[in-house]
Amino acid sequence: MHIPDGFINTGVSVGAGVVAVGALSVCVRKTAEVMEERQAPMAGLVAAFIFAVQMLNFPVASGTSGHLLGGVLAAVLVGPWAGAVCVSVVLLVQALLFADGGLSALGLNIVNMALVTAFGGYAVYVVLRRVAPKTRTGVMVASGGAACVGVVLASLAFTVEYALGGQGGASIGTVATAMIGTHVLIGIGEGFITALTIGAVLAVRPDLVWGATDLVPQLELRTPA
Amino acid sequence: MTARRIKLPLFVGAGLAVALLLAFLVSPHASSQPDGLNKVAVDHGFADQQKPQALGDGPLAGYGVKGVDDNRLSTGLAGIIGVTATFALGLGFFALVRRTRRTQASPPTTAGTPT
Repeated sequence: MHIPDGFINTGVSVGAGVVAVGALSVCVRKTAEVMEERQAPMAGLVAAFIFAVQMLNFPVASGTSGHLLGGVLAAVLVGPWAGAVCVSVVLLVQALLFADGGLSALGLNIVNMALVTAFGGYAVYVVLRRVAPKTRTGVMVASGGAACVGVVLASLAFTVEYALGGQGGASIGTVATAMIGTHVLIGIGEGFITALTIGAVLAVRPDLVWGATDLVPQLELRTPA
Repeated sequence: MTARRIKLPLFVGAGLAVALLLAFLVSPHASSQPDGLNKVAVDHGFADQQKPQALGDGPLAGYGVKGVDDNRLSTGLAGIIGVTATFALGLGFFALVRRTRRTQASPPTTAGTPT
């Protein structure tokens, strides 16, 4: 879902850049407040893992592929503040080293793939956790469901950006329908990858899952890492 | 319940190994069809609006290593470089963020909302 240069006009791109810088500076401040010692390497790992899995495009429909965005995965593992920063690090590396995603569109891409997923998707996770059983399976289902919705929210964010400053004159209605339809399918893939990854971490180090600390028995919380 | 837990460095090392393996071995087999956004752009006539990326001639542009002719190897190596660079940048950045807190012992910020 990396927007290249040229799809969205300069004004909207710059606006998104301002939003991205403002939101990320808040994220960094919040991260500095709440981050624990052990979470720095964990956050680095989350970013590296998301980079790797973003390379794995899977086929979704006729002539279309999709890949993990990772915002909900990151938010559940290290919290939405650090999670948004993790995905932004990935997007920065992709744009600068691999020319994936436009340079002028970096702000748009951060808004859609880091901020909307890590905060919008994580909000869905919080709601789903309230209704899901307080078990490992419950956390996996909630994170998978939230991840799926997160991808659709990101596709909606693109649609809004296209409505505000899209080039090429496609009608907003058709862009919206096509974007949402495709990204529901991609979201299902995102949901499975997210649920399986969270499940794997819960199996070995449940204390490292930021969004599921309520599952960890109190005694284990005191054990130094 | 005092189940033995994997130590953090081991956990991070194992996770990194998984990421490197995925990037090196699996990514060359990933689908090369256009992703959701690109497909929509093609189908709805705005794909031609794309402008060349300023760094599009870089040595790693398009997830390949320039000069490596074997496509799979080229993609796999680009993946390894990307995972390593992302981990290094992420780890360094978060370590730095943590350090600012320790040195400043800053009061909780009531940050302004971004617009």
